[in-house]
Amino acid sequence: MAAGVATWLPFARAAAVGWLPLAKKSMPKPPVDKKSRNDEILFVNVSGLRFQTWKNTLDRYPDTLLGSSEKEFFFNEDTQEYFFDRDPEMFRHILNFYRTGKLHYPRQECIQAFDEELAFYGIVPDIIGDCCMEEYRDRKKENQERLAEDTEAEMATDAPLPPHSTRRERLWRAFENPHTSTMALVFYYVTGFFIAVSVIANVVETVPCRPLKGSKKELPCGEKYSLAFFCMDTACVLIFTFEYLMRLFAAPSRCKFMRSVMSVIDVVAIMPYYIGLVMPENEDVSGAFVTLRVFRVFRIFKFSRHSQGLRILGYTLKSCASELGFLLFSLTMAIIIFATVMFYAEKGTKGTNFSSIPASFWYTIVTMTTLGYGDMVPTTIAGKIFGSICSLSGVLVIALPVPVIVSNFSRIYHQNQRADKMRAQQKVRLARIRLAKKGTTNAFLQYKEDGGFQDRDSNGTLCLKNRSSFEHQHHHLLHCLEKTTNHDFTDELTYSEMCMTESVGYRTSRSTSISSQQGMTTSCCPRRSKRRAIRLANSTVSVSRGSVQELDTLHVQKHSPEPQSRSSLNARTEDLKLNCDDRDFTAAIISIPTPPANTPDESLPPSPAIPGILRNSRATAYTHETVKISSL
Amino acid sequence: MGAVVGTLAMQSRQRRPSREFETHQTRQHFSSLQRSNFDKLDDDFEPSVVCHRPEALEQLEAQTNFNKKELQVLYRGFKNECPSGVVSEETFKQIYSQFFPHGDSSTYAHYLFNSFDSTHNGSIKFEDFVTALSILLRGSTIEKLQWTFNLYDINGDGYINKEEMTDIVKAIYDMMGRFTYPALKTDTTKQHVDAFFQKMDKNRDGVVTLDEFILSCQEDANIMRSLQLFENVI
Repeated sequence: MAAGVATWLPFARAAAVGWLPLAKKSMPKPPVDKKSRNDEILFVNVSGLRFQTWKNTLDRYPDTLLGSSEKEFFFNEDTQEYFFDRDPEMFRHILNFYRTGKLHYPRQECIQAFDEELAFYGIVPDIIGDCCMEEYRDRKKENQERLAEDTEAEMATDAPLPPHSTRRERLWRAFENPHTSTMALVFYYVTGFFIAVSVIANVVETVPCRPLKGSKKELPCGEKYSLAFFCMDTACVLIFTFEYLMRLFAAPSRCKFMRSVMSVIDVVAIMPYYIGLVMPENEDVSGAFVTLRVFRVFRIFKFSRHSQGLRILGYTLKSCASELGFLLFSLTMAIIIFATVMFYAEKGTKGTNFSSIPASFWYTIVTMTTLGYGDMVPTTIAGKIFGSICSLSGVLVIALPVPVIVSNFSRIYHQNQRADKMRAQQKVRLARIRLAKKGTTNAFLQYKEDGGFQDRDSNGTLCLKNRSSFEHQHHHLLHCLEKTTNHDFTDELTYSEMCMTESVGYRTSRSTSISSQQGMTTSCCPRRSKRRAIRLANSTVSVSRGSVQELDTLHVQKHSPEPQSRSSLNARTEDLKLNCDDRDFTAAIISIPTPPANTPDESLPPSPAIPGILRNSRATAYTHETVKISSL
Repeated sequence: MGAVVGTLAMQSRQRRPSREFETHQTRQHFSSLQRSNFDKLDDDFEPSVVCHRPEALEQLEAQTNFNKKELQVLYRGFKNECPSGVVSEETFKQIYSQFFPHGDSSTYAHYLFNSFDSTHNGSIKFEDFVTALSILLRGSTIEKLQWTFNLYDINGDGYINKEEMTDIVKAIYDMMGRFTYPALKTDTTKQHVDAFFQKMDKNRDGVVTLDEFILSCQEDANIMRSLQLFENVI
């Protein structure tokens, strides 16, 4: 109920006296109001800005923070006021809501900041007044769209391969995002080159070349060097066919792929060649065949895979379908009208070009688009008058839908630009996050190496580096986690080295010593013997940097059995997939998110905060959380 | 040609993309202002121009049974809701309907409004508001019953006849809405009115006068008891 209604409630209750004589039954007892009804002024201090208001004002909305007893948590006994460490400018609007019952959205504020304030004070945004609701909704939608776009773009293109992708999935990904692997890039450029070659060949073969020796007639180059052109065409078609078949094989949904525009273009581009091969050199059929050759020009559309601008144009046209339809319809109407008029106006003239209404269509179109070829001109006065009206109206009819199409194109183009910018910024941001995360982990590992934990009892710990109390607590937390899971943190180098060691087969002597240790980190990485293992294996280890290869290695690791002397947790490492989630380990109450285990182009193996066990492939979610931890 | 026109149009559009919203809104605002100016010259301007100020606090304190603090609280709430100082019938009906969302409370609110509006000019001022509340919450039994009688007596002739009573009862049942248990039957109202007249109309002349009303109510212990219930509402 709205605020003011609360004011009128006593009045409505009083008015209930009017029902008493009519009442069939006796009235129920009224609720006893225990708390004092005395109105008092409350002081609310928001980041230094002091507000004062009646208690009743705040009580109007009992389901918000300020209206309920929740505000008592913020009561400062010393200053006898409620202190909130929030934005004072925003608080003004919040308080005005209590006073007037209407929530206004300040236009100069960021929509997310406003939302957060509302969430803090327990106010549902739905009660924003009508005056500001439209603006609020629009900005919110815009913001959400932008975020969705960004995450989608990020996930779609740069999302790493799940480690168990089949060849087929990898192939598909290579086709869709050529910049992910060099092979794909090479293939991309090769096909691009061949498309260009094919199109140029198509064009050049119609250019007249110098005639053959002994004949006067000029031949088009295509007939003079027919063999050469045929070979070139064959090569191109072979490449295109191969590419199409590979895409068809790799497509996750073949039916959907076959129905997609690009695949249709591909088919249309290569079909004429095969039909030409199959068809005999028949005179009557070859006419149709020649027509088919026209379709070879569709190969130029294959460039749209290579050019983003073309794609944008395609999207624009698709999104403006209704405007284009309107344009077409209105043009058709105008053409028919004016053609009819011109025909009848010029009907009397002898030898006129306007022989029929359809013949006048050509004149109308040429005039309305202000082309004016001049092959058909009206000669009568009436014809000239109507002709001029026709050309004037043409300007109007065509100029109307064009701005809409143009603005659509501009919008889509800017969206794309923004997506690219976002991607670039994202890379920088991720790199920064990773750096910060590595910093904290390294600090912890350093602390451990310096024997921080073990030497707790002795009094030699004071020589440790200066750490803030935050660091102390954080390290203690990480230590608790280690104890909980009975696994330890290592750094990436150690881990990868261990994995390489394992895969190379250094297991025999190492593994016994390794496995006899308590608390193995993963299926391959020991804790205490890591230094020993490093020294032994460091020379041979070259951590593979390619993400695919890295995943292969880890993949191998999963299968290497590590049976001896394990705690119950470790016994499950065989079942460990690299993407297992936290649920298996109830002990790990604290789940420190790993750095995005699958960072886009960075192929560093993830710094193993919790290698293998709590690694999650939910990259984007954890990016967010990782940021929070490092800024604690 | 079309391209030229298109780009020209596009440029002009781009020049004010951010201001598009504001211009749109100002245009709306302006047009609404114009509309209000030309169409509702008299109606709309009056309530917003008329700003009623109540009598001084001491006077009200003397006239009613409230003390200063209570009057302050009441006035602050009232002024918040109606900055202009008066409540129109529309507003009143709206407010009342929020208390009874199940049914249609507009008729009863109408009768209630009339009983509050002592000057019968279509708006309740703070004095009316506070006077009525003073009677209902702090008045004597006789005053309360008098007020109720005035509520029932729609045309103010000093008699309650069956039609008036039927209207009132129907209005009250309307507030209940459709979904009641037990379900409302067609003659529920009539039965209720008949029962009322049975009790109140002493001389069986078909109308209830003020004295009959007060007498009958005083005889009914239930009513007397209930009248005390609403004392502590404020």
